Amino acid sequence: MATVPVAHGLLLAGVLFALGLVALLGRRNVIFMLLAVEIMLNAAGVAFIAAGARWGRVDGQVMFLFILTMAAAEVSVGLALVLQFYNRTRTLDVDAATSMKG
Amino acid sequence: MILLALILIPLLGGLLAWWAERFGTRATRWVALVATVLQLGVAAGIWAVHPGGGQTWWLDYARPWIPQFGIGLHLALDGFSLLLVLLTGVIGVLSVAASWEGITVKVGFFHFNLLWTLAGITGIFLSFDLFLFYVCWEVMLVPLYFLIDVWGHEERHFAAKKFFIFTQTAGLFLLLGMLGLVLTVAARFHVLTFDYFTLMQHPLGLYPLARWLMLGFFLAFAVKLPAVPLHTWLPDAHTQAPVAGSVDLAGLVLKVGAYGLMRLTLPLFPEISRAFAPIALTLAVLGILYGAVLAFAQTDLKRLVAYTSISHMGFVLLGIFSFNTMAWLGVTIILLAHGLSTGALFIFVGILNDRVKTRDITRMGGLWARAPILGGLTLFFALAALGLPGLGTFVGELLVLQGTFLVQPLFAVLASLGFILSSIYALWMLQRVFFGPPAPHVEARDVKPHETAMLAAAIALTLWLGLYPQPMLDTARAGVAQMLSTPEGGTP
Amino acid sequence: MFSLLWLAPTLPLAGFLILATVGARLPRRVNTALGVGSVGLAALVSLLLAAAWAAAPPGAYTQTLWTWLHVGTFAPGITFYLDPLALVMLLVVTGVGFLIHVYAAWYMQDDPSIRRFFAYMNLFVAMMVVLVLADNLPLLYLGWEGVGLCSYLLIGFWYREPGNVKAAMKAFLITRIGDTALIIGLFLLFAQLGTVQIQALLAAAPGLTPAAATWAAALLLGGAVGKSAQLPLQTWLPDAMAGPTPVSALIHAATMVTAGVYLIARMHGIFTQAPGVMTAVAVIGAVTMLMAACSALAQRDLKRVLAYSTMSQVGMMFMALGVGAWTAAIFHFMTHAFFKALLFLGAGVVIHALGGEQDVTKMGGLRKTLPGVYWALLIGALSLAGFPFVTAGFYSKDAILYLSWTAARGAPWLWALGWFTAFLTAVYAFRMIFLVFHGPAVQAHPVRDARVSVPLGILAVLSVIGGFVLLPRVLGGFAPFAAFLRPVLPEPPQRDGGIFEVVLLAASAVASLGGIGVAYLLFARRRTTSPDAGLARFWRQGWGFDALYDRLVVHPYLWLAQECRHDVVDAFYHGLADVCLMLNGWLSALQNGRVRWYAGALVAGAVLLLALLVWR
Repeated sequence: MATVPVAHGLLLAGVLFALGLVALLGRRNVIFMLLAVEIMLNAAGVAFIAAGARWGRVDGQVMFLFILTMAAAEVSVGLALVLQFYNRTRTLDVDAATSMKG
Repeated sequence: MILLALILIPLLGGLLAWWAERFGTRATRWVALVATVLQLGVAAGIWAVHPGGGQTWWLDYARPWIPQFGIGLHLALDGFSLLLVLLTGVIGVLSVAASWEGITVKVGFFHFNLLWTLAGITGIFLSFDLFLFYVCWEVMLVPLYFLIDVWGHEERHFAAKKFFIFTQTAGLFLLLGMLGLVLTVAARFHVLTFDYFTLMQHPLGLYPLARWLMLGFFLAFAVKLPAVPLHTWLPDAHTQAPVAGSVDLAGLVLKVGAYGLMRLTLPLFPEISRAFAPIALTLAVLGILYGAVLAFAQTDLKRLVAYTSISHMGFVLLGIFSFNTMAWLGVTIILLAHGLSTGALFIFVGILNDRVKTRDITRMGGLWARAPILGGLTLFFALAALGLPGLGTFVGELLVLQGTFLVQPLFAVLASLGFILSSIYALWMLQRVFFGPPAPHVEARDVKPHETAMLAAAIALTLWLGLYPQPMLDTARAGVAQMLSTPEGGTP
Repeated sequence: MFSLLWLAPTLPLAGFLILATVGARLPRRVNTALGVGSVGLAALVSLLLAAAWAAAPPGAYTQTLWTWLHVGTFAPGITFYLDPLALVMLLVVTGVGFLIHVYAAWYMQDDPSIRRFFAYMNLFVAMMVVLVLADNLPLLYLGWEGVGLCSYLLIGFWYREPGNVKAAMKAFLITRIGDTALIIGLFLLFAQLGTVQIQALLAAAPGLTPAAATWAAALLLGGAVGKSAQLPLQTWLPDAMAGPTPVSALIHAATMVTAGVYLIARMHGIFTQAPGVMTAVAVIGAVTMLMAACSALAQRDLKRVLAYSTMSQVGMMFMALGVGAWTAAIFHFMTHAFFKALLFLGAGVVIHALGGEQDVTKMGGLRKTLPGVYWALLIGALSLAGFPFVTAGFYSKDAILYLSWTAARGAPWLWALGWFTAFLTAVYAFRMIFLVFHGPAVQAHPVRDARVSVPLGILAVLSVIGGFVLLPRVLGGFAPFAAFLRPVLPEPPQRDGGIFEVVLLAASAVASLGGIGVAYLLFARRRTTSPDAGLARFWRQGWGFDALYDRLVVHPYLWLAQECRHDVVDAFYHGLADVCLMLNGWLSALQNGRVRWYAGALVAGAVLLLALLVWR
């Protein structure tokens, strides 16, 4: 079985991470920001998998499972916050949420 | 054991007084009064049993506490400490008596704080383990913060915070200096200990780091004393504190600064302190003159008295850094006499505030016509403040200045100018408050019996100090000589 | 008998304590009796001591009550030391003090605060006695400050008048400057000689280095100058007349202001080691006596005339001390105490009779209404003017004038200044007499009271006969006073009894008679009033010293206090707090609440860290 070179995996992870980051910084809609965070998490996951495959160890896949679970938990908490946020402000624009500024 | 009792009496008395509030405020007051009188009685008993002279250390009590770090519960007592503990007792009784009518809210908590402050101060005077010393330091500060913050006057929150920040910073210096000293000694001599006597046996001499450690110890106590320019917390704290708080502050807390310098800073770092003396003496003279000028400039009576304290503490600093027995005995007398007379002045301001409802001297005048007894009593303490011979402060200042003159004539001469400036503020205060045409809307009531009793006691003690200070001098002599490590008496 | 010594200060002190504590519950008459009686008993004790001394002179008598404090060799005790000098002072202080107390019982009889008055007066006498009897410098300083305090309290006795209280403060503060010099002198003497006991100091004084002796003497002189109202600390005395007249008589004429003379005489061993300072003493005395005499000439307020006269006479004593005529100075102190107390008490009666009027130009013709007082004041003025051969003032003044020329340190120009001052003294003394008692009569209430006439009578007699204890050689040389003081004070040079002495004696007489004559011409025949301008005004205001000190000292100090009022040091801490608040402002601005900014900052931080890791 031809292996995918580890560089390709890391490249993919990097690109995905960068896309997520740009989306996170660029979008104001909180749902999209959550999506962007998910993409970045997945990018990290890909990097783990690629690294795990490179060294032939299971740690990478274990970490990916961790990330998966954590992402699920994060999404549930995040979406609950988004709902609350929407209920209070009637908008999804994060820049409207500045009441905690110093 | 009896030393532990000296600390435990106010500690437990404080808890008991708080608890006794459920039976009414009178119960609280009586519990507090009994506790302070008991403490004074125990201290006086120790004095009576040990007729002075002879050995340096009268009592010693040592138990291990945290042996892993060389921390022990080490209490000890020499004549010098005893005098200060006696002062604590007297001031304690006075401050409970002074709050008898003035404090009406949260009475139980008030007396708890008051007594815990006293306990902390007593602990400081008795601790011969640096760690224990630091613990007592904190026990003194926090209740005092509450005393100012809860029962103070109009600007109390600001004053309490300022007080706390200053003294806590001082505490930080103390802690750093202390840890630095212990660790340095541990590194050099392989002895990990917080014990005072053990540390004294391992002098650091002119070890490079010792310079900074000494500075830490100096700053901590200079803030407390307070030495100019670290004094600015004092006028605010004094002005805003309730009467008992001011009495405690002036009567005792400032003494802690002097005590720390004499017990810790100089004996632990003798060589460096001597090198540091010119700076300290300069600060002392500055303090004497600056405090006196500012006292004259104030219109708030409590602020005025606060600045007089700064001026008097300048004499203390001057005496301490003259390094001779005469000056140090003078400092001892000043500490006692200033505690009494300034405490009494604050009680007087409290009485006055009660009558006139203001502390602004521009709105007073002619009070002598309405309250001649109060006038006479105040005259006495104003004279004590300006250093009239025959009263306690003069004996102290005389010895300090004479002692200083033997080693540093110039500083002594400059400090003597304080005599002139102090008469300016003292007479100015008398004139504004008591003389001149009577001010309108002043209640005609003179002092009440219990107020007269308090002030009369302070007068009697001040006269004793002024006319026959020999018992105190004899009591303090051995301890002072030990701290200076000079042969007893005379010049260095 | 001498063991009664401790009673001399204790009796008045007990009087003070009783009056100050339980006096409020006692009737006025009892208070008055206590106040007068305690001093009377003290005077009796002094007389007993004097009698015992006359019977069997012990040389000196020391009585230690207890050790005040004892640190090394610094060991002042509450110890009294009686020697001829102290005995003379003691007799004058308690004797004249008692007479003035008797008078005060009349003078203050209607004052509601008579208890306070006698309490202060008794305290004063006690402190003055302590000063005089002190065996060591710290105890002397105790008395010294004690009399200063009483002076303060009594000048401001009528405290409702802000002016009185200001005068009291001024007196205390200015003398306090001198007192501070004195105590520094004490420090110096102990540092040099290792003792504070006066006799031991005098014995050790020849061992002082010239520099140390000069400094010590100069500092002691500073104290004396302040207390005795000499240049440059003289400005408080005229204002001190704000106090009740008995106070002026006792404190500001007879006793306290002469404490400086006593101090210098007592410490003469130090001064003789410092010739420069001796000259300074003489010059200060000479200049003060002349300036004050000029000022006395221009005053309109009766009491201020006497105040400047006191300053002038004390200046004369200083000049005597400065030339080494110790005995003459003490002699003049004694006669001055008699006649000046007499003058003040008489002036008090006059002012009382005129309902509080003190301006001499508004008085006149009182000879008829107050004949007794007229004679008393006339005797006092004659004695002050040094009327030849019959008054005490003539002999004491002549002794000083003679020695100011002939003593080893004397000089003709000192004598000339003294002679001219004596002339001026006669002029202003009789200006006062003529303006008050002669000329057109003004309305006045006659005063008849034994409490007035007895003290005035006794003092008048003393003002005359007090001088016959030290006569010049040409008049017989009967001098028991000098013999009495000989054990304490160095002997002045013997008078030669020659023609020179006769000439100087005649010159003194001429100054006195000439002055009286000039006063008669100017004030009895023409009633000249000095204009309120020019030199007269300048002299009346005491040569402008008050304005000068206001400008040089008072205003700068007030300015300084005002500038520092809000504690300039605190500005630093406020600045520190402001810096903290500013930093807080900046940092909290970063916390802007925008999530995307936080994310961006996070990324930037991560990139930075990575970059650091890679290109370290």
